[in-house]
This record gives sequence, C-alpha cells and structure tokens, in this order.
Amino acid sequence: MSDLRDLYQEMILGHSKSPHNLRVMPEANRTAQGFNPLCGDKVKLYVKLEGDRIADLSFEGSGCAISTASASLLTDTLKGKTTAEADALFEEFHDLVTGKRQLDEAHNELGKLKVFAGVAEFPMRVKCATLVWHTLRSALSASQETVTTE
Amino acid sequence: MATARETARPPAATAAHPSFDVERVRQDFPILQERIHGRPLVYFDNAATSQKPRAVIEAERRFYENLCANVHRGVHWLSEHATQAYEDTRIKLQRFLNAADSREIIFVRGTTEAINLVASAYGRKNIQAGDEIIISGMEHHSNIVPWQMLCEEKGAYLKVAPVLDSGELDFEGFERLLNTRTRFVAMNHVSNVLGTINPAKRIVELAHQWNVPVLLDGAQAAPHLKVDVRALDCDFYTVSGHKLFAPTGIGALYGKTKWLEAMPPYQGGGDMIASVTFEKTTYNTIPYKFEAGTPNIAGTLGFSAAIDYLNDLKFESFAPYEHDLLVYATEAISRLDGVRIIGTAKEKAAVISFVMDNIHPHDVGTILDREGIAVRTGHHCAQPLMDRFNVPATTRASMAFYNTFEEVDALVKGIQGVKEFLG
Repeated sequence: MSDLRDLYQEMILGHSKSPHNLRVMPEANRTAQGFNPLCGDKVKLYVKLEGDRIADLSFEGSGCAISTASASLLTDTLKGKTTAEADALFEEFHDLVTGKRQLDEAHNELGKLKVFAGVAEFPMRVKCATLVWHTLRSALSASQETVTTE
Repeated sequence: MATARETARPPAATAAHPSFDVERVRQDFPILQERIHGRPLVYFDNAATSQKPRAVIEAERRFYENLCANVHRGVHWLSEHATQAYEDTRIKLQRFLNAADSREIIFVRGTTEAINLVASAYGRKNIQAGDEIIISGMEHHSNIVPWQMLCEEKGAYLKVAPVLDSGELDFEGFERLLNTRTRFVAMNHVSNVLGTINPAKRIVELAHQWNVPVLLDGAQAAPHLKVDVRALDCDFYTVSGHKLFAPTGIGALYGKTKWLEAMPPYQGGGDMIASVTFEKTTYNTIPYKFEAGTPNIAGTLGFSAAIDYLNDLKFESFAPYEHDLLVYATEAISRLDGVRIIGTAKEKAAVISFVMDNIHPHDVGTILDREGIAVRTGHHCAQPLMDRFNVPATTRASMAFYNTFEEVDALVKGIQGVKEFLG
C-alpha cells in the first residue's frame, strides 16, 4: 500500500476529514459551481474579491478525499493572493498533478499544495484534484458558469 | 477456527453445484490469469463489460485470418462463407432469445444503438405532440436520453414510474401513469445499479391492456437470466454482446415482425436497400432494412461463439451458482459496519451497489484497485437514480459465473482495508 500513501498523504487525509473554509459565504461577490459527472463530485466556491486581491474564499460540496482536500488547501493557500498569482499557481499545480513537472522541480510558491504530487501516478484522479481549480477560474472570470470536468 | 463469515458460506460451495465447476470455467478466460498491481485480478465489474472466453477471442481472430470478406456482397467463396456465418449467428440469437423468426433479430452496436433505433424509427413515425412515453426511475441514461430527445422533437411527454426504497419498481405507481395518451413503455429488465429484476411480464401485460408496445432493455438481464421474448410477449428487446461475454461493438435488437415491417429505416446506406435510383429508393426487407453499411462481422462471429459458450455452460447450471454468490456477498457486505447496500429487491441479479459512511466511492475504487479488485464507482450512467437514493455515487460489485466465493472474501477484506486506511 506504499504507493497509496503517496496519493493519500496524511495532510490530504486530514484536510478531507476536517476541511478548512467549508462554509457558505453570504458576502461573496464571486461564486461558481464545479461538477465532475463521472463521479458525481460537486463543489461550490465562494470568493470575496477586493480589487484584484482574493480577500476571502470558502467552499461547500461533496466529493472524494482528493477533491475535498484540494478544495480545503486551495482556499487556505489563495487567501490574500492576487488573481494573477492564483492563475500562475493553477498552472504550476496542474503541471505537478499531471506529471509534467516532478516534485523536486516544483515551484516553492506551491507550498503545501505539493502534497498532491502523488496524484500524477493516478491519472484517473487528476480531475478530482483539479475540479476546484477549474471552478475558481470560472468564478474569477466574467462568466461564472458551472464547470464540468468533461 | 471458523469465523462467522466462513460459516455463512454455503456448505462446500462447489459441492452444492455439482454440475458447475468454476475452476474449470475460469480456465476458459485468459484474462483471469492476469495480475494487477502484483495481485491476482478479482474482476467485479461485469455489469460494465464481461470478460471474454478464449473461444470468443479465437472466433474473432479466425474471421480475420481465414474468413475475412464482406457479407451479402460477393459471389466468391470467402464472402459466401462469411455471409453464412453471419446469418447463422442471427439464427443462434433467435433461438437464444426464443424469437419466432430470425428476421426479428437486428444486429446493432449494442443496447444503446438498439434503443436509439427504436426511438428514432418507431418513435418518429408513431409519437405525436401530447403523447406520453413511460420509463422508470431506475433507467440507464441510454434508456432515458433517446426518449427525451424524441419527446423534445415531437412535443410529447416523458413520464417516470417511481422506484421504491427497496429498489423495486413501484408497480402501482407505474399503473397510475398508464392512460389513453400513453404510446410507449421502455424499461430495463434488470437494473444496472440496483440489480433489481423487474416484473417484465407483468409490465408488458399491463401495457398491452392499453394497447401500448413495450421495449425491454435487457443489457443487464441476458447475462444472468434465460430470456424468452415470446413468453415475455415484449415488443422489443435489446442486448449488448459485450456484457454477454462477446466482443464490444456488437449487440442485437429483437422486434416483433409487425412493428419492424411498419417502421421506416434507421440509417440509409448499403445493404438496407432493394433498389436505388436518383428519383427513388426502395428499401430492403427486414432485418436488412435496419442494417445499413458493412456490419461488425468479426464481432458478430465472436457473438456467435459467446452464445455457443453460454449454451454449453447452461443457464440452469450457472444461474443457481451466481445466485448463491449474490446471497453470500450480500450477507457478508451487510455485516460490515458503516456500509449500506443500495438496492435490496427480493428478486435480484448478482449486482451489489453500496455506500460507505464518510468515504467516497471514488476513494474506495482506487484503494480496492491496488488490491487487484476491479469494481465500478460513480453514478453508473444513472444520475436520476443516484438522486432518488440521495447519494452522489456508489461502489458497485457486479458478478459473473466465473467469480468465486474466495473473491467475495477478498472484496470484503478489501472494504475493511479501505475503512482502516481512510478511517
């Protein structure tokens, strides 16, 4: 089960059981929904944008351990970041979980998000890790449309 | 020391089925010798697709090595013999389903295409604005969407017969939906998620009292039950070869002659015509009217071998064994804390869907996979049914006659492992 531990790192299991920022945010000025039709994962993201800075972030939804932990860690990490910084982090995160970039070459800005490096060995689970990121991109864009992974 | 689980196993499982030797049967399926992540494969995703016996694989190979030619075209030896083998398969399927006439068997890609064919060819001609079509709440998307598309095009209404908490069809609810505007009923014979065996004969009888034809989606039924379309008296019946131990991309639609003859063609092209001029085309007779273009000949011959295989194995021999597997697995899984089976109908095929407290099916699937256990996780192309039971997804273990009691034990151990790992 050693390779399973690469995917289900302690930090991921911790965040999936006790997710941070799991709440409705009435004062949010941007929201978007994400849906993975293959597994039924749903996430709604709330963003409070002040200028181009993400002042606050929260989410609600149901999903697997990977998608829940991803939402929890995304909301932790991006608080206080600018939208441009969030975009850049998404690119780096995406490269990491799809195996385009190895863990030792990963940017330090990713911080705790590096814990998702093990996803690269489980291609069927990449969408679980990236669903909330696609949802963020939609929330920050003008459209705020529901995104799906398919 | 015997544990509770061991005592639950039917005493001497194989001795209880003297005519069914599962170890010998397993030798017929090359893939069952595979190891996945270093573990012996435990394949419990048979409702998605079944594995293929060597005879089926060989039949496809033989076609390409010794018999490859187009059918219904040439006068040469190969074409003649390929045509013969292709048409022999139609007769085998006629007998397999107990249809009255081999012309009532149409080759299609699978159940999805079969249902689309009926929705398109029968539906376009016979459904009008204000008409109603009844399906059930436990349909696969392929028995929902074609009817939705038809209703949208025609201004007709789709009515959904409810499902009880047990996963059984609410028969009275179905009865209440039938009225003088009802024009068609389409329901599955066995649910791909719940395993429920629907009372197909009663559904047909009741619909016929209203002069309403019935399509039965038999994709999940044919691998587990002996199907007799004349006893069921259904108007259409669909099967997918790949769930019946045959190759992917081949299946069959059964339709009563009176409907097939009155239906317009589904697709235009070669083989479905009698004569073509630029002014007018005369269509071929059934079944060819519905088989435009070069068919999946290799797949058909694989299908033929699969039917032979099942006939040799005999439903009477493997169905009781499968049922005991189901009972054994149901008892063992029910006993696990924090695990709930979705679908507890009295009449069930060997399909078990379950959910675990605080653990998402997707994680269950990944962890079981590392143990070499293949299950399906997700909504199983039945999103409305997931909503009905208020779950986003389930984990589904679907069995075939080549599965063993030891494999069920491995699954149960695997589920306990998931709880320990994520708990």
